Amino acid sequence: MQQRSSTVQEPLAETAYRPTPPPAWRPRTDPAPLLPDAEPLRVLGTDAVADADPALLRRLYAELVRGRRYNAQATALTKQGRLAVYPSTTGQEACEVAAALALEERDWLFPSYRDTLAAVARGLDPVQALTLLRGDWHTGYDPREHRVAPLCTPLATQLPHAVGLAHAARLKGDDVVALAMVGDGGTSEGDFHEALNFAAVWQAPVVFFVQNNGFAISVPLAKQTAAPSLAHKAVGYGMPGRLVDGNDVVAVHQVLTEAVARARRGGGPTLVEAITYRIDAHTNADDATRYRAEGEVEAWRAHDPVLLLERELTERGLLDEDGRRAAAEAAETMAAELRERMNADPVLDPMDLFTHVYAEQTAQLREQAAQLRAELEAEGESR
Amino acid sequence: MTTATTGAAAKAAGRTKPATMAQALQRAMRDAMAEDPTVHVMGEDVGTLGGVFRVTDGLAKEFGEDRCTDTPLAEAGILGTAVGMAMYGLRPVVEMQFDAFAYPAFEQLVSHVAKMRNRTRGAMPMPMVIRVPYGGGIGGVEHHSDSSEIYYMATPGLHVVTPATVEDAYGLLRTAIASDDPVVFLEPKRLYWSKSDWSPEAPARVEPIGKAVVRRPGTSATLITYGPSLPVCLEAAEAATAEGWDLEVVDLRSLVPFDDETVAASVRRTGRAVVVHESGGFAGPGAEIAARVTERCFHHLEAPVLRVAGFDLPYPPPMLERHHLPGVDRVLDAVARLQWEAGN
Ligand SMILES: Cc1ncc(C[n+]2csc(CCOP(=O)(O)OP(=O)(O)O)c2C)c(N)n1
Ligand SMILES: [Mg+2]
Repeated sequence: MQQRSSTVQEPLAETAYRPTPPPAWRPRTDPAPLLPDAEPLRVLGTDAVADADPALLRRLYAELVRGRRYNAQATALTKQGRLAVYPSTTGQEACEVAAALALEERDWLFPSYRDTLAAVARGLDPVQALTLLRGDWHTGYDPREHRVAPLCTPLATQLPHAVGLAHAARLKGDDVVALAMVGDGGTSEGDFHEALNFAAVWQAPVVFFVQNNGFAISVPLAKQTAAPSLAHKAVGYGMPGRLVDGNDVVAVHQVLTEAVARARRGGGPTLVEAITYRIDAHTNADDATRYRAEGEVEAWRAHDPVLLLERELTERGLLDEDGRRAAAEAAETMAAELRERMNADPVLDPMDLFTHVYAEQTAQLREQAAQLRAELEAEGESR
Repeated sequence: MTTATTGAAAKAAGRTKPATMAQALQRAMRDAMAEDPTVHVMGEDVGTLGGVFRVTDGLAKEFGEDRCTDTPLAEAGILGTAVGMAMYGLRPVVEMQFDAFAYPAFEQLVSHVAKMRNRTRGAMPMPMVIRVPYGGGIGGVEHHSDSSEIYYMATPGLHVVTPATVEDAYGLLRTAIASDDPVVFLEPKRLYWSKSDWSPEAPARVEPIGKAVVRRPGTSATLITYGPSLPVCLEAAEAATAEGWDLEVVDLRSLVPFDDETVAASVRRTGRAVVVHESGGFAGPGAEIAARVTERCFHHLEAPVLRVAGFDLPYPPPMLERHHLPGVDRVLDAVARLQWEAGN
């Protein structure tokens, strides 16, 4: 169109014709660098292990052994009636441990209902972490103490919380990162989409960590998504997607640590997909033989996260029989203590039901509390 | 109680024109934001545009877009991120654009906003306000006129507040923002442009949550109402004087917590009660209110507690909505059915 110096408004004439659309908002992001690699990142069994800090490797090993023992102990507690239910992470310990260890003290972890181990690896008292599953309260800990959000059962609903918290921290000028965990099934939820979109728009310092263990209870991933991979979903939001071998604890730790560092320096969110497998059933109440073949489980047992690291460290001379025994003994001590503490009946005060509904009890709740108190007194007298 | 002031008096007080409810709400947010840097307004179109009802007008300009934020268009995401912000110590004031568009956020509201304090034994309260323009009477096409209060009332952990006057819009919203509990703040759309000589410049009153007020004292019967139905009830009460009825009108203001005391005291005085609201009658707020009144005032009642409610319908199209909304005549009909002969 011709540029005129006159300020007089031209009538809308033929000159206003334009075959191409006027400039509209267009994504400025080149999608190529956001794309995940074709194969999941592995470190164990490659030369890259040599670059890893031996102290970190030993720490990861100790945590994996402890995590494996924790899973076994918690599962045993369901059989003894001490836990109402336990969703095990046996086989997924590398993801649980790496998520906890990738974070700094000041960071926040947003676990899903399955991730009590990640919370414990972050320093939470195991009994407090298991309160929800024992059933004496919902969240058994003060989330601010270890910066672990409440274990979240409604799938993917914790993801926008992580975004909001990270966004708030950034507004306040704190260099805090939030790492939010979710399962493969959870990525189909609307909250997954909304959280990733908000995070990318706000460039919030968040890491979304998907443990793709192949199943949502009984439903395999093929019935969940037609995406090339879950990590590919990142590209649609304008954030990088990373794919990692979820049973290679060193690789998971590396990918998450990089994503956390990137978020911390203002680089925005990352979506990490870890390929792993749930060796146990969905929970102790589930029968996994109805939807998967034993051969599949056996194949994954051969790619076990504890086994992988143990072999690597042994071959490299970083772990000997004494080291193995020390890790096993430390894990056994943890398990014995957990067993003993969980074998004591929790002290319950039914009046607590009314204490934390509102900051100030309503008149209606005061009445209902009085009713319960009277019932309890009558019960006490009749005993 | 809005007493009409003369133009001269208004001028003397330095007022040029009366304020609307929308302006009072804006002023409440503005004052709260100025006082407390943790107050953050967020929602769809609340920034540059100032909200589709202009209730957040000027806030982004005055406080910056980090304090008054145009979010992506996703109600669950808005409320979900607000939960995270509250976890980090902020006080989000969330705007849902319309009653019916708040539904995508229900999971966050019910499972997290309402329960977080309880789940965490008080360690993690949720100090936030969810502002929802609600109700009909504005000629809105479908999905723009729902009375959604009953869903919120049925969710333990939430406060549910609704102003009916310009003064209360300011006073109650200030209290809601200062509250350490989540407050669903229902704004009657059709009263947004209602005016009062309340001056945004004068020191404004802060109103407590959980206290009903008697808007019109009377002796014959009590009209129990809230939000958009208050003007209807006041008009009905005026009209009823011609029939010799002196009606008392109670404005609940807060649906949760519910002020049993004020309501029961009024009904004990008058001996008769009608609950009036736009929301459907079946399992609607009036069902709860009538039950509570009956439980507390049975021996004072001269007649059953009646309800005047919207029909049990999906909200009608705008050209038919006047048949749905409880109006003055329907209220007077109900009053006429309060067994005036039988008891005396
Ligand atoms: C919103 C919601 N829908 C359904 C459920 C019931 N549920 C609990 S776990 C689960 C499967 C989750 O699968 P995935 O996200 O892959 O996590 P995983 O169990 O494999 O760790 C389902 C359907 C739920 N907790 N929340
Ligand atoms: Mg899964």
